[in-house]
Amino acid sequence: MSSSRSGYVWGVLTLLAVWQVGAWWAGESVLAGPATVLAKLASEARTQKFWHHVGSSSIRVFAALVVSFVSAVPLGLFLGSNARADRLARPLIYLTYPVPKIVLLPLVLLIFGLGDMGKIAMLSLILFFQLLITTRDAARAVPRSARYALFSLGGTKRHLFAHVIWPSTLPAVFTALRIATGTVVAVLFFVESIGTRYGMGFYILDAWGRADVPQIFVGIVVLALMGVILYETFDILERVFCKWSQL
Amino acid sequence: MQDTSHDLIRCIAVTKTYRADNGPIPALSNTDVCLSPGETLAVVGPSGCGKSTLLLMMAGLEAPTTGRVEFKGEHLVRPHRAISLVLQDYGLFPWKTVRDNVELGLRIRRELVNRERVSDLLTELDIGDKGEVFPQQLSGGQKQRVALARALILDPSLLLLDEPFAALDTLTRERLQDLVAESWRARKFGMALVTHNIQEAVRLGQRILVMGGTPGEVLEVVDNPSACSPDYRGTQEFYELYRRVRGRLEQAL
Repeated sequence: MSSSRSGYVWGVLTLLAVWQVGAWWAGESVLAGPATVLAKLASEARTQKFWHHVGSSSIRVFAALVVSFVSAVPLGLFLGSNARADRLARPLIYLTYPVPKIVLLPLVLLIFGLGDMGKIAMLSLILFFQLLITTRDAARAVPRSARYALFSLGGTKRHLFAHVIWPSTLPAVFTALRIATGTVVAVLFFVESIGTRYGMGFYILDAWGRADVPQIFVGIVVLALMGVILYETFDILERVFCKWSQL
Repeated sequence: MQDTSHDLIRCIAVTKTYRADNGPIPALSNTDVCLSPGETLAVVGPSGCGKSTLLLMMAGLEAPTTGRVEFKGEHLVRPHRAISLVLQDYGLFPWKTVRDNVELGLRIRRELVNRERVSDLLTELDIGDKGEVFPQQLSGGQKQRVALARALILDPSLLLLDEPFAALDTLTRERLQDLVAESWRARKFGMALVTHNIQEAVRLGQRILVMGGTPGEVLEVVDNPSACSPDYRGTQEFYELYRRVRGRLEQAL
């Protein structure tokens, strides 16, 4: 068994043990135990509606990842390698970045609507700044000697992007994706509490309204699993595309 | 009047002043340097005397504030395909394997990548078994060999070396100096080396430019025709020249 897999097994076993002790202490009506939740999960997984909830949330997160990646990463690379453009854009970024994006939720929903578009826009906005700033800083950190080396080999600015700036920033991009994913899954709960009947956020709130504690925990477990799948996907992609940074 | 038509590279009255937030920083005062094809030049001096700036101008990577640089009689305003550069911190790309680093210049120039030739060069530089590893898996000396291979594979007319062995221990440094001398004897490219190590300058420079001051200026030019010859290190001539260059540098302090 690989150390990563055995780490997962030990992690899950520890979590289940702590969870079970907590359930005994607080009582099943407050903190449903793992056996109850797993039984509920098994029964929910047999319904089409449950998978509709899971699918809706997954699509929103995936779409937000794609939208933010294709908008923030190229812009970050450009600003990081162009000091003048960075100087112009910096005030705008630093003014808007510290604003907690969740407070913009009403405005975003007003502009993009209550449907999927508004939710994806909100999630993308959160991911965008984290990816933009990390990518820009990583591109800015490329040492001058790497640029000299590339230009002295006959490289142009296009080669500099392809052979130096892009590969050198990629590990930082993966780190930003991992950090932002945690925030996005958390915000998913909020955005899916408005104007939808599908998604894990709605699923948890609906269960809360009916005081269905096991279903609340099923929702939490699913969100945790979504996080694990995303983190593992980023890890695999990083191992493939940044073999050098894993040495 | 001196005939300069056969010079490989000429720096004509070049100066360099960097602009900074707290005002201009003069790095190099009026300097003339020339190098013939197949000749080696060592520029030696203390840190901050503008010797690296001079080399970057010769590489076409920094423009002089005044004066001009000519390569094979033409105004040099950008890096030239016949000029290769080796940097102190190697300038290797950690995301590329040794082989990919060495082949990069050929690929960028859309030249034929002869894998056998690359392998032969890596073997010549004693890193024949390192082609598929990443730079961070190599020692400092091996990294510098890769940087050298990346420069030599392009068959340069002029090889520029910026403090190439400064980060290495004494024995590795001497071994690499001998390797550079051997490569030069086999290929006879022009070579300009910047160093603060006097022994290195005497070992590799047929002409030694002693620099000093801030902004930097040429204090003396020392002829050293035996440089790059085998077993030169340890000879009486080597030590006499070493003492002479050292004495000139001490005078300037």
